[in-house]
Amino acid sequence: MARPDAWGSAAADSLLDRRLLFVTGKGGVGKSTVTAAIALLAAEQGQRVLLVEVDAKGNLTNLFEHEPVGFEPEVVYPGVHAMQLSTEASLREYLRLNLKIPMIGRIGPLANVFDFVANAAPGVKEILTVGKVCWEVRESVEGRANWDLVVVDAAATGHVLAQLDAPRTIRELVHTGPIRNQTEWMIEILSDPRLTALNVVTAPEEMPVNETIDLVARAREETTVPLGAVIVNRVLPEPFTTEDEPVFAALEGDDAGRVLADEVGPGAEGVLDAARLAVALRRARVVHLNTVRDAVDLPLLYLPYLFVRDHGLRVTRMVADALGAELGL
Amino acid sequence: MTERTTSLEPVLAAREVLVFCGSGGVGKTSTAAAAALAAAVHVGGRVLVLTIDPAKRLADALGLEGIGNVERRVPDAVLRECGLHPRGELWAAMLDTKASWDDLVLRHAPDEETAYRILDNRLYANLTSRFVQSHDYIAMERLYDLHSTGKYDLIVVDTPPSRNALDFLDAPQRMAEFFGGRLLRTLTMPYRLGGRRGARLVNLASKPFYQVADRILGTQFLQDIAEFFLNFETMYAGFVTRAHAVERLLHDRRTGFVVVTTLEGAPLREAEFFCSELTARQFHLGAMVLNRVMPEWLLEPLVASAAARLAADADKVAAALAVHGDAALAEPARTARVLRTAAESFENFEVVAAREAEMRAELSRLPDVVATVPTFSDDVHDVDGLWRVAERLLAG
Repeated sequence: MARPDAWGSAAADSLLDRRLLFVTGKGGVGKSTVTAAIALLAAEQGQRVLLVEVDAKGNLTNLFEHEPVGFEPEVVYPGVHAMQLSTEASLREYLRLNLKIPMIGRIGPLANVFDFVANAAPGVKEILTVGKVCWEVRESVEGRANWDLVVVDAAATGHVLAQLDAPRTIRELVHTGPIRNQTEWMIEILSDPRLTALNVVTAPEEMPVNETIDLVARAREETTVPLGAVIVNRVLPEPFTTEDEPVFAALEGDDAGRVLADEVGPGAEGVLDAARLAVALRRARVVHLNTVRDAVDLPLLYLPYLFVRDHGLRVTRMVADALGAELGL
Repeated sequence: MTERTTSLEPVLAAREVLVFCGSGGVGKTSTAAAAALAAAVHVGGRVLVLTIDPAKRLADALGLEGIGNVERRVPDAVLRECGLHPRGELWAAMLDTKASWDDLVLRHAPDEETAYRILDNRLYANLTSRFVQSHDYIAMERLYDLHSTGKYDLIVVDTPPSRNALDFLDAPQRMAEFFGGRLLRTLTMPYRLGGRRGARLVNLASKPFYQVADRILGTQFLQDIAEFFLNFETMYAGFVTRAHAVERLLHDRRTGFVVVTTLEGAPLREAEFFCSELTARQFHLGAMVLNRVMPEWLLEPLVASAAARLAADADKVAAALAVHGDAALAEPARTARVLRTAAESFENFEVVAAREAEMRAELSRLPDVVATVPTFSDDVHDVDGLWRVAERLLAG
């Protein structure tokens, strides 16, 4: 089934012309690699990019062959700065910038306050994360920071909505006070389809596809965050055309088998097995590709399964190229 | 060095609880279910698999659709249909986070009125559904609950997806610290002085802690939180005792951990870290499962040389095939294209298989039991699929 050509360019508009892209996905689908590839692609299009890692795993910058970064943005690739969010660092910055609390460094029990804030008060940990991201966007929209695009390797599908919706949760729970006052402009940024998009990375397998469909529905129901594209990663190629299939079937016959063994040796059977494996894997995944295409009315971008050794800058670049091609860049 | 084995059978026979863990997307849920099936069929006894978030088709296959927190027996007929003759019983249950928290509150609250005051509090709903660690804690709490019924010979539990695969191990300890902790005491102190009903910030406002907390969150929010925790406090003792009991169970000899991973870089690094952490913290590492591994024949030199020759001499081979009279092979150009594609498919998978073999060879700290499950073309979604995995888990 062909998809409308317009989708590619519509997705391009929504993907790189916004200011804030969240990228989520189920564990194991390649969320971080795709996030890094989006940052790389945008940088190659001449944008100044801030790449934000939310989970404290600290391995996002591996994808640029760069050592782990901290809260201060560092250049990890020409045009790409990266930072790792830390709730405590966000809190310190927030207190310093917004509350003008004097001598914040000398307040002993800040660690206590932090523990409390992070663990007890619902939504506060999340708002420190998403708040910092929104703050960078606001600063650059208003010309005080230089980012054309902020790309966030957000929480996995299970937790991302709580993160993105934190400002609304806080607004609901907190009736007065400085934190509540901060939520308004955050919600404005997070709800503006010209600025922000939540993108979902998935793979053509049952659980990732189900989680994607579920997340898209819940994002619409429970949040005001605009959705961008669904990026289907690890799509296996169809090895044979319809015309090729009878040829391959004939190759599996006994006569052909003898000829093949004579020509290339006894390993020929193994080569055919590999082709069969390719066909079987592709067939099993097509079902899930169709499911996601039928169930999700968002632009779909397809990235191929890469038969590569391990992930690093080379793979990030390959994914960025594939993404660029999908977007018609 | 201890000799390594590949069968999970001794682990399935010796433990009462098996906790399956690993990073997201490696197939924890289906591997745990397959292990439970293997135990029910092969070892016997009453075996329960507690799953957190199974794929819909798998949940359907196990008869779990829409049943919340109740354990169900997988009917013998379902297993017999797949040609299995189980020695024991297979049971399955799904974790319902919200229902489990509600149960916990109802159990520990001093009276019904307090219980409902807690359950109706909007902070409670937020804490249980959004507070990420609450899933980790409640999964372990539910495991403890099921274990203490004494009904099951073996409970196989899948762990919730979390940012950090170790979170659930710390959850009972953190929960105990949190509820028994000084911090909460400090926080609720002004409200204790003000009395439960007319809770109001008294003269502590000058202290830096309250100053900061108040300026961040606002007085009213602090007051809401404090009121909530004053109600919650009535359950502290029960909670803390319980959290310690959960922790003891996790550390007990009868509980083993199974680390599941694929042979991809990131999950594997996490799995290795997990193995060494478990050992360092004196949990009992039972086994490792390498999941979705490419078949070994992809590394056969004979196949590799055949593929190379097919790719190089596709036209010549196609011509030789054409003379044999099969109509489908009469057009050498088309045959050559198919031969090249087949060779390319092999070479693609060979790259992945070679990477996996290398990764496996580099594994340093490993448990004594390492089972390998090959990649199957389809997701595991029914009892047949589970049994395919189970057979590999049992293979010696």
